Formats: sequence, structure tokens, C-alpha cells
Amino acid sequence: MDTPDTIPTPATSVPAANPAAQEVSPHDDAALTQLHTNYVHALRLTAMLTAIPVLIGGLVFESVIVEETPIPAGVVMSVLLVLSLIFIIRVPMRRFQARGYNMSADRLRVVRGILWNSDTVVPFGRVQHIDVDQGPIERFFDLATLTVHTAGSHNASVYLPGLNKALADDMREDIRAHIKRDTM
Amino acid sequence: MSGEVNTDTSSASAAAPSAAPADAQTAGIVPQRTAPLSVALGVVSGLKNAVLPAAFVIFSSSSNYAILIALGLAALIFAVSFALGYIRWRKLTYTVGVEDIRVESGLVSRTARSVPFERIQDVSLEQKLLPRLFGLVSVKFETGAGGGEDLSLSFLTEDEGERLRQVVRERRAAETAPVAVDGASEAVTAQVTPQEESAEALFTMGPRRIFIFGLFSFSLAVVAVLFGLTQQFEFLLPFDLWDFEAWEERLIGQSDALSSLGRSAQIVGGVIAVLSLIILGIATGLIRTALREWDFLLEKTPRGFRRRRGLLTKTDVVMPVHRVQGIKIGTRFIRYRFGWHGLKFISLAQDAGASNHDVAPFAQLDEIAPIVEASGFHLPSEDAEWHRAAKKYRFDGALIDGGVFLLISIPVAIFAPPYFVLIPLVLAAVFAFAALYSWQFKRHALDESQLMSVSGLFSPSSMIANRVKLHSVEISQGPIARKRGYASLDFGLAGGSFSISGVPLERAREVRAAVLETIVSKDFSELESA
Repeated sequence: MDTPDTIPTPATSVPAANPAAQEVSPHDDAALTQLHTNYVHALRLTAMLTAIPVLIGGLVFESVIVEETPIPAGVVMSVLLVLSLIFIIRVPMRRFQARGYNMSADRLRVVRGILWNSDTVVPFGRVQHIDVDQGPIERFFDLATLTVHTAGSHNASVYLPGLNKALADDMREDIRAHIKRDTM
Repeated sequence: MSGEVNTDTSSASAAAPSAAPADAQTAGIVPQRTAPLSVALGVVSGLKNAVLPAAFVIFSSSSNYAILIALGLAALIFAVSFALGYIRWRKLTYTVGVEDIRVESGLVSRTARSVPFERIQDVSLEQKLLPRLFGLVSVKFETGAGGGEDLSLSFLTEDEGERLRQVVRERRAAETAPVAVDGASEAVTAQVTPQEESAEALFTMGPRRIFIFGLFSFSLAVVAVLFGLTQQFEFLLPFDLWDFEAWEERLIGQSDALSSLGRSAQIVGGVIAVLSLIILGIATGLIRTALREWDFLLEKTPRGFRRRRGLLTKTDVVMPVHRVQGIKIGTRFIRYRFGWHGLKFISLAQDAGASNHDVAPFAQLDEIAPIVEASGFHLPSEDAEWHRAAKKYRFDGALIDGGVFLLISIPVAIFAPPYFVLIPLVLAAVFAFAALYSWQFKRHALDESQLMSVSGLFSPSSMIANRVKLHSVEISQGPIARKRGYASLDFGLAGGSFSISGVPLERAREVRAAVLETIVSKDFSELESA
């Protein structure tokens, strides 16, 4: 595909970005950067917090209701326990492995999803604004979520969780430097 | 918010001149009110709310005073809605400032919203039937903010609406062409009138065209509505609606005529019923189309596309050319056989709740082509390089579509009387075949500046987007697609969705790389000014 030879308007950042673009495109499917390993812990903690009410429900069932049902005691609780262990230990690891990002000179690529996989590329030139968010769990692990917003209806916000806070801030500054000041 | 409280006394005097055509510059800074008549309009539409409770009281109560109670209730609702409407009107002011338009409203919690002129894409005017009788319009300031968050004022006098529109345009023009500023204000106003005249009509629909359009817009919606109403208000009817024997008596008279006529009469009756449904459907289509599309006129003005239409509710919408993000050409099964298509623009601005703008709802392709050209797009050329969906996608699609009905056929075979199982089996075959066959029509192409996709089994609908106006590209795969090596391409398009499914993974990557190259070459800020 031939790149249309744009004659850039006064701004100086565009000519700088263009040669970079050519050298970047072959790497479009290049190796992804992994998220911070703390992200697995954060995911596990979240999963644990989600599992606790379910397990409590299971305990209540075992102690109060189970006698009125034909189900042998302990079956429900052990099924729930196994499921929660998978949910807490295995799934976060898989999710962590399925995720990744790649930031090049002019675009951010975000990959996610175990079963339903998506691979999104947002060029910096289309970013409207950028958020760096930290929830309580993320703060505990010194993580942050970087969100880039575009004007498109699909992928209006692209989330990249599991970044080290300092890295997320750096990435935000990097992307912001690419957004021209006079952007509407 | 600060310092606006003291305007309360001055705005009382400003209320009167607000209705009168104020001269552009001096009245600008003073907070103004909407037209006083809008209180009356609010009350009239509030009456609708009063009718139902009143009717309810009349019909549900057996008391002798039911009618009196109902009247009292209606009067109360009327009074409350009048008072609320009046207070709301008193408290809502708008100010056309130097840099923005500000609207302040609210009795208990005051809200002040400011929209800077450079964010206002355009001003659209809408006139529903009732406001039109009073000479009022509702004015909407299009900012391109999605989700119906646009600022709007209901209702202003027609003159005031037109004045606001001109003010916004002048400010916008002054910004884009700074040269015009040093020319005094007369120069700006002088420039306005020729602007109106230099419009070039792109597409019109006369009564004849609207009639044909109406014929193709067969709709049984009214039947559904009537059906719903009869269910709702059945208790009001003096007879039992579902007592069919009573109906026979009522319609044919107290005779054994029907039973003696036997089968042929029943057939005749059935034919008459079907015919009347068809006539009703056609009439609905004609009326609805005429109401919506009457005097359809699409013009190209220096400000962009301007569309006016409507018989009772007149709308007047302007869309700047550079705001067109993509175009959609659609058609339907029958009208396609006669060469009729509809053209829509995709943009962030909303058009009567829909996100796409109808610009030529019923036109032949050779009428559509010039409009497409005018919007900076072009129809796919003869030598466009079309790509099909993956063969595996075709197979999987047929399997899934047919498989659903095959699964349904299992319980049917077990529990239903024999031969009933044929129904899901036939459906399975039909859907599997449709999936296989529709693959023929599903394709996409990429050229220098555009991304195009066509699909549709019996009537093709196509979508064209400008490569440079896309915002992101996503390749997504579900579990099956992943195993089978195809993917969906989803593009970030402002105001619409553009997705191509079943693309072979290699091709998807290729398209993404090419499109990204185009996107990266231009910054967003350059798009808006282009």
C-alpha cells in the first residue's frame, strides 16, 4: 500500500512521525510487551473477593438447607471450592498471559481475551484524551489502568490495565506528546 | 454560576424583547427567555397527561360524582403543569455571549451549561405540528457530542431561531476565516444573505416520487398499534371483542347465511380480510412516508448539506461536509428489483434520534452518485479489488445457522406429533442454505482512500468509510474463529459501526496495516479543518 504523501501543515511532529511509521508497520504483529507481574496478584485478589460471597452462600447452604434436599452433604461445597480455586488461581494466570500491549512510535496496540480475543490498534493521532486510573486494589500493587479515548463509536475507550503506575504515567506523557496541542 | 444571580431583575425586562426580533449585537449579551407561548405549548402537551387519569376515574369508579372528580383531577393536573411550566420558563434563560452560548435553568438546583461557539457544529431547527401553528421552533445546537447531550432550546420564535442560527454561523465563519473579522459587522450580515442563495439542490422528492416511495413502504405497524389498543382498552368496549359468534351475528346479521354458504363464503371472507390488510398496509405506508418526506429537499450550501423535509413536522438540518464520516447505501427486497436505493450519511450528529442522516431515502443509483461525490466519497469503481469472506467462515456459518434448528428438531421429534419434526428440519435447511448462499454477496474492498463493504442476500447494502477518518482498528476472534483462522475487523468510526466479519486472518492483518498507515499519516486536528 502506498502511503499518501501528505504535505504536513506547519506542525513539526508529523514529518518526524512519518518515517517512523514505515519502520513500525512490519512490527505490527511483533512480540507483545507483557503486563506487570503484579497484575496476576491483583487479578487473583479481585477473583478472591468475588468468590467469597459465593463460598459463604455455599456454607449457608451446607449448614442450613442441605438436610432438606437429597444432595449428600459436602458435595455443593466441594464443587464450589474447586471452581473457586480454578477461578482464583488458573483463570487470572491465563488472562494475564493472553494480555499484552505494544507501544510504537505512533500507535498503541492492546491485545486481550482468552476465548474471545481482540487485538486493537489505536494510532496516537486519533487519541482524544487519556486517563490513568488506580483503583484500591491497583493502588495496593502499585498498578494503574491506562485508558485512551477515541472519537470512534466502536472502541471509544481502549483500556490497558496492569501497568506499573510509573510506566502508565510515562506512557501517558508519551502519547500526549503526540497529540497536537490544537486538536479539537 | 458566579455573578449570574443578580441578572434576575434585568432579565425580567429582557423577557419582553426576547420575543421581538432583537437587533443582533446589542441584545446579545443579555440573558433571554424562550418564547412565552412555550408555556402554553407545555400545558397543551401536559393535557395529554391529564386525560388518562381522568378517563381512569370515570371508567373505574361507580360513584355518581365520578365525572366531577375526574374534572377536578384534570383541572388540578392542568394547574400544576401550568405552574411548573411557568416556573421553568421563568427560570430558564439563555445568553448569546461573545465566546459561547450559555443556558441556565432549574428552580432548586441551578445548572449552567456553556457551549463555546467553536464547538457548535451547526444549529438545527425543528417544528412539530403544534409549535408550527404558533410559529415556534425548537433550536438544537449540534456539538457532535454523542448520546443526545446536545444543547437545545424549546421553543423560540421562528425569527429568533433563524437569528441564533445566523449568529452561530457568523461566529464560526469569523473563526475559520479571520480576515472577515476586520470587515465591520455589516459586512458579516451582508455576507449572510448571498450564502443562503448559493445553495445548489442535490436531490428533491416531489409528490410523485413520494407516492412511489409510499407504495414501497408497506407497513402493518398500524395493525399492531390497533391490536395493542384493543387489548389495552378492551374494558371500554360495550361488547366482548373476542366473542367470534357475536361478531358473525353483528356483521352478517341474524341468519344462517354463513353456515349455509359454507366453505366458499369462508374463502371469500378470508380473501377480503387479506385484501383489507394489504390496503391498510399500503395506506399506512403512503401516509407515513408523505408525513415524513414531504417537500424533501437536499441542498449543498457553503455550510454543508442542508436537508428540509416534513409535512406536519418540518425539519431543517445542516451537516458540514467534513462531518460526514461514512456513507451507507441500503435497499429492500422489492424496491431493489426496481432500482431504488436509500443513501444515508454517518456522522456524530443525531438525526431525530437516529445516528444516520437520511440524505436520499428513495433514489436511483445515478441520482445517488452525485450526492456521494459531493460528500467527498465515491462509489466503488469497476476495477475495485473485492475480497470475499473465508470459505471456512461460510461453512461454519451454515453449520451454526442450520445447527440451531437441528437441535430444536430433537425435542420436537420426541415430544410433538409425527411430521411436526419436518418444520425445524426444513428451517434448518433453509437457514443453512441462506448462510451458504449469502456468502456470495459478502465482500469488501480497499482502495486509495476508502474502505468498502457489501453484504445482503436479497438486497445488497453497502457501507463506505474514508480510510483517514477511522479512529482505531481491531481484529477480534471468538473461539471458533480462532481455531478456523478467520477474524472480524472492527473499525472505530465516529457515529457508526463498521465491522467486516469472516475475513481470513492474513487478509485482516493486511487491511489493518494498510488502514493504519493511512490513519497515522494525518492527525485528528487536520481532519477537522480539511
